[in-house]
Amino acid sequence: MKDTALSYGGRHLHAPDPSAPALALHSVAAGHPGAAPVLHDVNFVLPAGKRFALVGPNGSGKSTLLKTVAGLLPARGGDIRVFGLRVGACHHRTSYVPQRQSINWDFPVDVARFTLAGRFVHTGWLRRPSAECHAVVDGVLASLGLTEIARRPIGELSGGQQQRLLLARAAAQESDLLLLDEPLNAVDAASRVLVGALLDRLQTAGKSMIVSTHDVGIHDLPFDEVLSIEDGMVRGGAR
Amino acid sequence: MNWLLEPWTHAFMRDALAAGLAAGVACGVLGVFVVFRRMAFVGEAMSHTTLPGLVIAQAKGLSLMAGALASNVVTALGIAVLSSRTSRRRGIRDDAAIGVVFTGMFALGVVLTARIGSWRDLSHLLLGNLLSVAQGDLLFMLCAAVLVLAVILALFKELELASYDSTYADLIGIRSQRLHALLLVLIAFAVVSGVQVVGVVLTSALLITPAATAALLTRRMVPMLWLSATTAAAAVVGGLLLSYHASLPSGATIVLMAALFFMTAWIWRRTQRG
Repeated sequence: MKDTALSYGGRHLHAPDPSAPALALHSVAAGHPGAAPVLHDVNFVLPAGKRFALVGPNGSGKSTLLKTVAGLLPARGGDIRVFGLRVGACHHRTSYVPQRQSINWDFPVDVARFTLAGRFVHTGWLRRPSAECHAVVDGVLASLGLTEIARRPIGELSGGQQQRLLLARAAAQESDLLLLDEPLNAVDAASRVLVGALLDRLQTAGKSMIVSTHDVGIHDLPFDEVLSIEDGMVRGGAR
Repeated sequence: MNWLLEPWTHAFMRDALAAGLAAGVACGVLGVFVVFRRMAFVGEAMSHTTLPGLVIAQAKGLSLMAGALASNVVTALGIAVLSSRTSRRRGIRDDAAIGVVFTGMFALGVVLTARIGSWRDLSHLLLGNLLSVAQGDLLFMLCAAVLVLAVILALFKELELASYDSTYADLIGIRSQRLHALLLVLIAFAVVSGVQVVGVVLTSALLITPAATAALLTRRMVPMLWLSATTAAAAVVGGLLLSYHASLPSGATIVLMAALFFMTAWIWRRTQRG
């Protein structure tokens, strides 16, 4: 972040603590405002560079927990630290990859432009993305096999391509903590291989990630820990 | 050639052209966001909710455009609050929020008209009044168009992102609900200009038809904005020329011209697919 005055979040942004874990949750309760919390007393630590799976059936609260960590939902209790800071204090280092249904796929934007949005957090208000931003996007699209369709409207993509596109944007953001909400759900085999390879590369580069899934068996990915949601509680992981 | 040039020798036609282009371009550019954010109902609502402001301004001897603008900004902010995420969680959908504010404001206008105004006083605004636009109103419309274009240019990437993925916009610190409110206020400005050009009843056509036409011709955002603004401008020029020579109502003729462009683009698109 070069200039906090024009950065999204402005003066609320802070430099992360380099010695802190990527994520630390202590006695966290999570749920949508106005409804009873679906998760209680969530405690775990995600060390930097590690990949955790978050496993639970549909409706168990996986998305709610990831959105709470991302700052999209307020925590209903407890304490969340991202690189040692409160949620929202370093949002350029956190990316959340939502499920495909949350995007307006009819909007007239193409694959390259959609991926470029991953750089906006580094660009800020009133500035256009630089040549460097476009170079990062080109590299990410190539790594996910999306270069050939870079100028295609997002509404014309298959489900697997859409999922790869969401990951491409997160990769373009070059964040250090990735929160992936069912990234391989209903994805074709070719996309699965490409996504797995990208996640491996990101982890090798020191990125931390939590991958939510209703079935850890559908992934060919090795996980450092598997957290499971049972009866509103998260089990597993260092505390 | 004389058919094309002679009308512009009259000052009232030149003023009408400037006013029509200002409103058309502002509505055309905003219309793309309106269409692809699925807010078409907003244009219809905003044009009707000018009524209470118009009635009060008429009764108090104030500028009608200022009254309409005040009324529309209240509407825009009311819709923004009622369609916020908090309200959505309480069970209020976006279209319901717009419907509540729209009908409430219009009903207020009808009651105020019965008490302090008359339909005859306002009839020219129901159908547009482009050929007798006042200099003050023209200045307002030009300023509104500049404001709309400046904000879209300055915040284009944020407005674009929040339009297709408000969750990601919120994640990186762009307050998508504030951008939504800002967009509604810009639409309020554009609609007030549009009411002067084509009237309360037809203003939503200026927002929707050029954008829908452009969407038939391209699937890219920036060319679509240009095409939509150009289509609106062409409809204003063509509509004014036709209305001048055929003695037709200018506002309705502009809307018919825009509809003709839409039909032409639709047929062209079908032939391309076929």
